Amino acid sequence: MLTFTIRRLLFAIPTLLFIALVIFLLLELAPGDPMANVPLTVPSEVKEQMRVALGLGEPMHIRFWKWIIQFFWIEPLNVFDALFGTGFAEGKLRIISWQNRAPVFIAIAERIPQTLWVVGTAYVVAILIAIPVGIYSAYRQYSIFDQAGTFVTMVGFSVPPFFSGVLVILIFAVQLRWFPSIYDTTLEVNSWEAFGMQVRQMFLPVMVLALQITSQLSRFMRASMLDNLNQDYVRTARAKGLRENTVVLVHVLRNSMIPVVTVIALGVPSIFGGAIITEQVFKVNGIGQLLITAIQANDLPMVQTLTFIFAVLIVLFNLIADVLYGMLDPRIRYD
Amino acid sequence: MPAGDARPVLEVRDLRTVFQTRGGEVHAVNSVSFDVKPGELLGVVGESGSGKSVTMMSLVGLLPMPPAEVRGGEVLLDGEDLLKVSPARLRDVRGGEVGFIFQDPMTSLNPVFTVGFQIIEPIRRHMGLNKRQARERAVELLELVGIPGARGRLSDYPHQFSGGMRQRVMIAIALACDPKVLIADEPTTALDVTIQAQILEIVEDLRARLGMAIVWITHDLGVVAGIADRVMVMYGGQVVEHAPVHPLFNDPRHPYTRALLRTIPTVTGARADKLQVIEGQPPMLGAAPSACPFRDRCPLAFDRCHAENPLREVVAPNHDVACFHPLAHTAKEAVA
Ligand SMILES: Nc1ncnc2c1ncn2[C@@H]1O[C@H](COP(=O)(O)OP(=O)(O)OP(=O)(O)O)[C@@H](O)[C@H]1O
Ligand SMILES: [Mg+2]
Repeated sequence: MLTFTIRRLLFAIPTLLFIALVIFLLLELAPGDPMANVPLTVPSEVKEQMRVALGLGEPMHIRFWKWIIQFFWIEPLNVFDALFGTGFAEGKLRIISWQNRAPVFIAIAERIPQTLWVVGTAYVVAILIAIPVGIYSAYRQYSIFDQAGTFVTMVGFSVPPFFSGVLVILIFAVQLRWFPSIYDTTLEVNSWEAFGMQVRQMFLPVMVLALQITSQLSRFMRASMLDNLNQDYVRTARAKGLRENTVVLVHVLRNSMIPVVTVIALGVPSIFGGAIITEQVFKVNGIGQLLITAIQANDLPMVQTLTFIFAVLIVLFNLIADVLYGMLDPRIRYD
Repeated sequence: MPAGDARPVLEVRDLRTVFQTRGGEVHAVNSVSFDVKPGELLGVVGESGSGKSVTMMSLVGLLPMPPAEVRGGEVLLDGEDLLKVSPARLRDVRGGEVGFIFQDPMTSLNPVFTVGFQIIEPIRRHMGLNKRQARERAVELLELVGIPGARGRLSDYPHQFSGGMRQRVMIAIALACDPKVLIADEPTTALDVTIQAQILEIVEDLRARLGMAIVWITHDLGVVAGIADRVMVMYGGQVVEHAPVHPLFNDPRHPYTRALLRTIPTVTGARADKLQVIEGQPPMLGAAPSACPFRDRCPLAFDRCHAENPLREVVAPNHDVACFHPLAHTAKEAVA
């Protein structure tokens, strides 16, 4: 297992470099000019100078190489400095956003907590709901509970967040006034009261996202349970005189969780990716919003860096999913 | 051979099981009655779909309900009707007093738990042993069924065992709590002949030593001839003939049994031009039988067979058959 993991990690390096190159080239080829928002009265020589100042004067391969160095060497050094108070990265040029000329990682670090709070909570809530619901729906297939679950799931699947988001705002924020409709990023959780506020303002976006994730996950859990409930080993477990709880929650569940755990692991990068639409609807100042505004402003370093971070997370969690699979299923051997 | 006058440990009377399906009802078991005595081996034969597995699973509630429904009958285990007991009591019976071996050893073990875990489970559940004692018992059982290096193999997973080994593990599980009755549903069908012979030997040995009653379902008439004391022939969810093993093979009375015995190819004497088959299709089981289930394939069928379902009638000591035809009621010598 260890050699497998190491081999996979080594193999991930060329993959990621290739992905970085593809992202870089795509962004290069994409139309759009970082000077587009500069007023027309500014003479074009000045604009050209501004371009050069952004680093756009150099040839493509040099810029790519610089970005790679910045991403893999200078930025980690900065993290190290921040953690241990050292000064290794002093004077080295970081990846700079074209929008506000500040390092992109500072903006990302500011936005990540928002996203993790909202999307992460939604993910955890969804898992906690979906697994028991999936188990019970499968165990009592076609019961009222299962039918109701199927209906809610269909709704969760088919209603897009920009609709369900607005709908819950109308109901719970406008009509009932239970929860605020806008997420206040500046809120500092330093007292119980503030914590209560935080929970209340998270409630609606978490609900919208969790509905979507729960729908997918509970269906998946249900299908996986159904697959296993009909297996011969379940009959064997019953023939041994085991309690129904043991049969379902030990024998069947342990088998059903194998694909579900994999799917959950594969879904984790999407937490960091943020939920672009939901974040927009509730004005959550998260990663999703950061990406959207960066794209609108043609802020290539920011877009490039964010996209690449997602790629790294996806590759990483693919590996984690594989390793988990190997740990959960004794039939799988990686060596 | 067990004493003929011992009280049966398992007695099934008039068992009827129906499946509710989208296409209507399937009457899979129709008034099946049989019994087994301690130390006795009852062979059950019959073609695919004749209701052998469903009958046995109905006994201890192993069928999924719904769609299955046991409509009536009695299943007396030492006089206690298993169809009327509480679910908790039934769980005590399953794996404790009645052991089950299933058809397919490749899928009957849980792939994600070790073999040791799976054997120890019923031991702890029924015998109330602690972990260490249960482990010892598991080792003992694996040795009993002839698994070399038993102690070391407890921590192995099912996929690390061959098919024959897995079936031995299944047997070990079924025997874990010294059951009074062992029900073996085609335990050797999926195995090659040598492994099959070894397993038959193990079972013979255990029966002699532990005095269990065994119900052995099989398609293999050779196996039945070799190990059974009595044989029950099933067709269309009914018992059509039942007799001690010698009379059944030497003097079969039901046309279906005769046809079944003719399907065994012989290597002595002239080889038949082609394999013997029983012409026609097995019956549809859409309703409770109102006529002989074998009538459409029976060479001897006459009017009455289409109008009435024959009951089992005793035709010789310990030998009964469900057929109207006079030939079924006359012994072989008399015909010849
Ligand atoms: N879950 C079910 N739903 C509906 N019908 C069923 C179900 N299980 C079994 N049956 C029907 O019950 C009848 C008897 O099946 P059973 O499995 O007992 O046959 P069998 O004698 O064991 O055959 P085989 O030798 O192939 O194992 C068949 O007609 C089958 O179609
Ligand atoms: Mg069967």
